[in-house]
Amino acid sequence: MNADLSSSSSIPSTGVNPEQDISRKGNFLMDEGFVYITLGFAVIAAGLIFWMAAIITEKAWPAIQTFGIPFIWSTDWSVPAEKFGALPYIFGTLVTSGIALLLAVPIGISVALITSENFLPQWVRTPLGFIVELIAAIPSVIIGLWGIFVFIPVFLPVQQFLHQTLGWFPLFSSEPPGPGILVAGLILTVMILPTISSISRDVLRSVPVTLRSASMALGATRWETIFRVMLPAAASGIVGASILGLGRALGETMAVAMVIGNTKRITPSLLDSASTIPAVLANEFAESHEGLHLQSLMLLGVILFILTLVVNIAAVWIIQALSLKGRE
Amino acid sequence: MSTSPIPHPSVSDTDASLIFQPLSFNRTFFSRGMTGLAFVLSGLAILPLFSILFEVIKNGLPQLTLDTLTQLPAPAGMEGIPDGLGNCIIGTLMMVFLASLMSIPIGILAAIYLSEFGQGSAIGSGIRFLITVLSGVPSIVVGLFAYTVIVFTTKTFSGLAGSFALAIVMVPIITLSTLEALKLVPTAQRLASSALGANRFQTTFKIVVSSALPVITTGTLLAISRAIGETAPLIFTALFTINWPDGFFQPTPSLSVMIYNYAGSPFIEQNAMAWTGALVLVFIVLCINIFSRLVLAKTR
Amino acid sequence: MDSQSTQTVADNANLSPALRVHNLAFYYGTKKALEGVTVDMYQNQVTALIGPSGCGKSTFIKALNRIGELEGDITIEGLVEFYGQNIYASNVNLNQLRRQIGMVFQKPNPFPMSIYDNVAYGLRVFGRISKTVLDETVEVALRGSALWDEVKDNLRKSALGLSGGQQQRLCIARAMAVRPKVLLMDEPCSALDPISTMKIEDLIHSLRNEVTIVIVTHNMQQASRVSDYTAFFNTDESRIGQLVEYNLTPQIFGAATDSRTRDYVEGRFG
Ligand SMILES: Nc1ncnc2c1ncn2[C@@H]1O[C@H](COP(=O)(O)OP(=O)(O)O)[C@@H](O)[C@H]1O
Ligand SMILES: [Mg+2]
Repeated sequence: MNADLSSSSSIPSTGVNPEQDISRKGNFLMDEGFVYITLGFAVIAAGLIFWMAAIITEKAWPAIQTFGIPFIWSTDWSVPAEKFGALPYIFGTLVTSGIALLLAVPIGISVALITSENFLPQWVRTPLGFIVELIAAIPSVIIGLWGIFVFIPVFLPVQQFLHQTLGWFPLFSSEPPGPGILVAGLILTVMILPTISSISRDVLRSVPVTLRSASMALGATRWETIFRVMLPAAASGIVGASILGLGRALGETMAVAMVIGNTKRITPSLLDSASTIPAVLANEFAESHEGLHLQSLMLLGVILFILTLVVNIAAVWIIQALSLKGRE
Repeated sequence: MSTSPIPHPSVSDTDASLIFQPLSFNRTFFSRGMTGLAFVLSGLAILPLFSILFEVIKNGLPQLTLDTLTQLPAPAGMEGIPDGLGNCIIGTLMMVFLASLMSIPIGILAAIYLSEFGQGSAIGSGIRFLITVLSGVPSIVVGLFAYTVIVFTTKTFSGLAGSFALAIVMVPIITLSTLEALKLVPTAQRLASSALGANRFQTTFKIVVSSALPVITTGTLLAISRAIGETAPLIFTALFTINWPDGFFQPTPSLSVMIYNYAGSPFIEQNAMAWTGALVLVFIVLCINIFSRLVLAKTR
Repeated sequence: MDSQSTQTVADNANLSPALRVHNLAFYYGTKKALEGVTVDMYQNQVTALIGPSGCGKSTFIKALNRIGELEGDITIEGLVEFYGQNIYASNVNLNQLRRQIGMVFQKPNPFPMSIYDNVAYGLRVFGRISKTVLDETVEVALRGSALWDEVKDNLRKSALGLSGGQQQRLCIARAMAVRPKVLLMDEPCSALDPISTMKIEDLIHSLRNEVTIVIVTHNMQQASRVSDYTAFFNTDESRIGQLVEYNLTPQIFGAATDSRTRDYVEGRFG
């Protein structure tokens, strides 16, 4: 207490020291100036997003004027006829990402639980988590390469089996060509898994240990504790992680472009080939000529931009909202 | 305090032997079933990585020679000519180097503002939010942006456009990881430095940045490793060429775009070269990642 | 030490022990934290565990419902009997055991769910129970913990909104709702203000009719106020926890036989 008082009273006294004041002024550039320089760079970094939004919207503007809002639900995409519509690509983007989310959430939570609970000794758990997170480091073009030459051939018999036994069911109603929606969904699952599992694991680890002890002390089993206490307590983080994973899946380009088959198609069958917004951009943009084709591709980019923006902001917002509620 | 026993119904032995009563079938089944399921799903999760590493080595290693690393690609379908991806390695290094020059200062200084001066202010949290949002923008959209800003204005696909796109991918990664690193530095150190009369520039660089340097370096290395593997921002900015890169104002080859192009090629030799490129890329990226994680694990 | 506890048992031959501990040793990995603990805890009595920090009181209490096993690599030697049944026997069902031997922790730790769901938690995990039974049990448990009047209109509100003292009483209600035979409490008042502490002490008085209580406390006055028996733990030169003296509480606080006990209860160390 005493030390506190004396030190706080000494601050004003050095503040009015004239010598100190002069040296402060001499240091303006290194002091206040430095703050403004860093602020400038921070503004540049943050401003990139507005610049980007403005530039791609401007470039897409002629397409917006030509097609208007119906661009979103039009299914045409013909370069010679100069008719463009986004629906097949929006469809492919949403369906492949949806499949990925559906599969990656349970798998990601399993990995998070196996690496945060003590099912296994620590020396197995640490490398396990490490290995799963390493997948995030593999460039997506390599995952696409693996998809083309390894996964598709291995998975084709499974697809054929699905078609033969469940062919009456719309989801499996088409003859599988190899590449397709289901394959793209599975590849995306692999790619977003690390996002979901690593954030979920961190959140599960931060649940107070005494909550688990209290549950176990009431006679609950480990899995009852997980389902009734741990997962609810970690829910905000897990939902946030899943939405971030969804955002990543929506924007993923290379791996999907390499395994989805790249046909403009809206189909109920998951075994069919299709395309996504990022995939059509990767395939057509470099060869497109200035004009309506390029502008329509830009407009697809704007739609993708908005879609991922909404999803990512939702993720940030949900994590904040739910963690505030938990603290009340 | 009274010590005389209070009358109470005595607990019979059968009551206590409840502790031997096995768990109900449902609860046992649920426990075992969930454990089994979690193990199976986790096993599925690690399978792809092992398969990818195995296949990349199996398919990429046979073609890996000194020539591969130093020569130009052979024209498709030609036999008996040295076939390599030297130009792609150089192109990738050039573009990532320029991208780092652009993004590292912006990222680190922005992070310094956010952690040292903008903490808790509306501007600070607004900027931080925008940078977080930027980190979620698909890299293909970044490519569209770089195309419009550079390729369209200069009328040529170029390494510069590729570097610009990579830099934009890197900025939010560097900013956010540096921010985390700076937050780990105890406030007491900053106060001690200011109390000794150091100005903010000195405090920031001599005390805060230098003590967070290992973690900042790690984050930056991870951003570089991400840029090395990026493909989508390059396919319509830097494009590709089978020649040596020639300055920053020409189409520039890169490992990742080479893999993309050659993976879809009908020529088996080009498919094989894609695998070799993948091997080189995976090797670089994994080295950086494993090194960074070891550094991080040590500093924590 | 052995003669000490034998003597206490002889004095109170009319009391039956709910928990008997014989020659217990406890290891965290290879580190021995407790050794040679022999003590009987009698049914419907309150037994206080006192001793300087780090002497193994929490460790001891964690051995009584086998919750210590959650902390990883531990080893136990000796015997712990719950009404004559060896709780370390290989065929013990830990879930049933922990239901019989409840626990209240140092810091209040309500689950992040409603007050009602907190109290109903233990019953629900053991199977489906009709709503009327559940409602009734929740009410009885909350009344038993002197919390009913304060929360009866807010049963659906989050338990995290309660004050610290209320949260701790909720934790007691939650533990009592499954009707355990023994209630273990590890410094239940150390995070609470004096008024909340008094309420919990009153609660302990009223609960001893239903349950055998073992309470760890730092506070000597609290031990003398709430307990019938007191066990004094201490570490020896090798920093291994041991039971120094165990007796009726008035004996420990008035006429301890061991000089270390006298020093400790008179506040000369610890
Ligand atoms: N989980 C653990 N792992 C290793 N050592 C522990 C653990 N918990 C407690 N200990 C050690 O065991 C000894 C007894 O601790 P504890 O039972 O918590 O003492 P008390 O509750 O009497 O303060 C201490 O030396 C402590 O460091
Ligand atoms: Mg303790």
